[in-house]
Amino acid sequence: MNPLFWSWSAVTIATVLGGFLLGGFLTGIDRKLTARMQNRVGPPIVQPFFDVIKLWGKERVMVNPMQLLYANTYLFFSVASLVLLILGWDLLMILFISAFASVALVLGGYSVESPYARIASQREIIQIAAAEPVLVLAMVGMFLVTGDFTAAAIPEHPRPLLVDLPLVFVALLIAIGIKLRKSPFDVSTSAHHAHQELVRGIYTEFAGPTLAVLEVGHWFEMIFFLVFLGLFWAPDWRIAGLLLTSTFILELLVDNISARYTWSWLLKVAWVGGMGLAAVNVAWLYL
Amino acid sequence: MGVYRWARQRSPWIVHFNAASCNGCAIEFFTAMTPIYDTERFGIINTGNPKHADILVMTGGANHRNARVIKNIFWQMPAPKAVVAVGVCACSAGIFHDCYNMLGGVDKVIPVDVYVPGCAARPEAIIEGILRAAELLAESGGEGVGGD
Repeated sequence: MNPLFWSWSAVTIATVLGGFLLGGFLTGIDRKLTARMQNRVGPPIVQPFFDVIKLWGKERVMVNPMQLLYANTYLFFSVASLVLLILGWDLLMILFISAFASVALVLGGYSVESPYARIASQREIIQIAAAEPVLVLAMVGMFLVTGDFTAAAIPEHPRPLLVDLPLVFVALLIAIGIKLRKSPFDVSTSAHHAHQELVRGIYTEFAGPTLAVLEVGHWFEMIFFLVFLGLFWAPDWRIAGLLLTSTFILELLVDNISARYTWSWLLKVAWVGGMGLAAVNVAWLYL
Repeated sequence: MGVYRWARQRSPWIVHFNAASCNGCAIEFFTAMTPIYDTERFGIINTGNPKHADILVMTGGANHRNARVIKNIFWQMPAPKAVVAVGVCACSAGIFHDCYNMLGGVDKVIPVDVYVPGCAARPEAIIEGILRAAELLAESGGEGVGGD
């Protein structure tokens, strides 16, 4: 066998296991910190694992068989985008694969009759339309700095990306707030189970093991976007970790101090603010 | 399956329905869900969605009109599931017991696992009832408590 095959397999297995554990713990830390910010004790850090194991052990109730397909597609492409990012593949292709995961979720919401899930699916499309252009512009900026679209080229670049792409980083904070389903951007559904909007938004008609699959898929999506942000200080992983921790806490703080806004406000912020900042940064690099 | 039982006891998600009630117990229930009582430390989450919930918290008694709604919510919940009757009306219809339109307590319509008496039941008692139901969920082998 090709030695590359073995190293890729090892990275894939490590990413799947590490992403699962890290994603669960990060969600637990999210819930704990949120509780502390609200002057509560909060659940144990391992609470997300309790939830997922419990959901996995529940009766399989599905509105239609397509729900299972879409949930598993969402999980598969979320995992695949993270694995390919760790392997250092082409950023644009990774972005399309992660967008495929979001589209699977939208189709899952549309596959049922429930008006809650359907309206939430429409809103999820708006969220995708808001976040993806910012992500594409960020990748264009990365290309202009490193001269290469692959993720592997970024750690080899001598200067951290943040020096050349500060405005893109700020724009990405908005896009990642949307992707992590944090207030004020959580119009289709919230990352927190107790936040109710359209019942439970796009997750409304998913139950039991299928909901557990979506939950784990969201963990991988979260890790994917945090690793993507980490690329901004890729040469030194300690500073990248510090950057990620502060970004994560900032997202939690914004989540707790802001209310959910309307989808039209979301589009204005993401397109005018996010795309504007990213476009200015890219134009400045181009000139 | 030991691991499922272990997780089930630590993650009781609830859905609340207020049937024929004076609203007193419903207000006490929502008080129990506030940050003061912080039920999330037990893993309790008010989902507002029967498809995600493990425990149905009922306040108020059953009458001819809401029996269909109570059954509908109960049947939408995936097994294993439990029902907590909160307040004396949900337990036995209470002060409304002999009214011509009442069927009685919620247990006339769906199987009830835990009874929390009181008029109105105190938030501490409601939380204890929910945790008792979570223990019952953990003890059940996955078939569900009560059943249809």
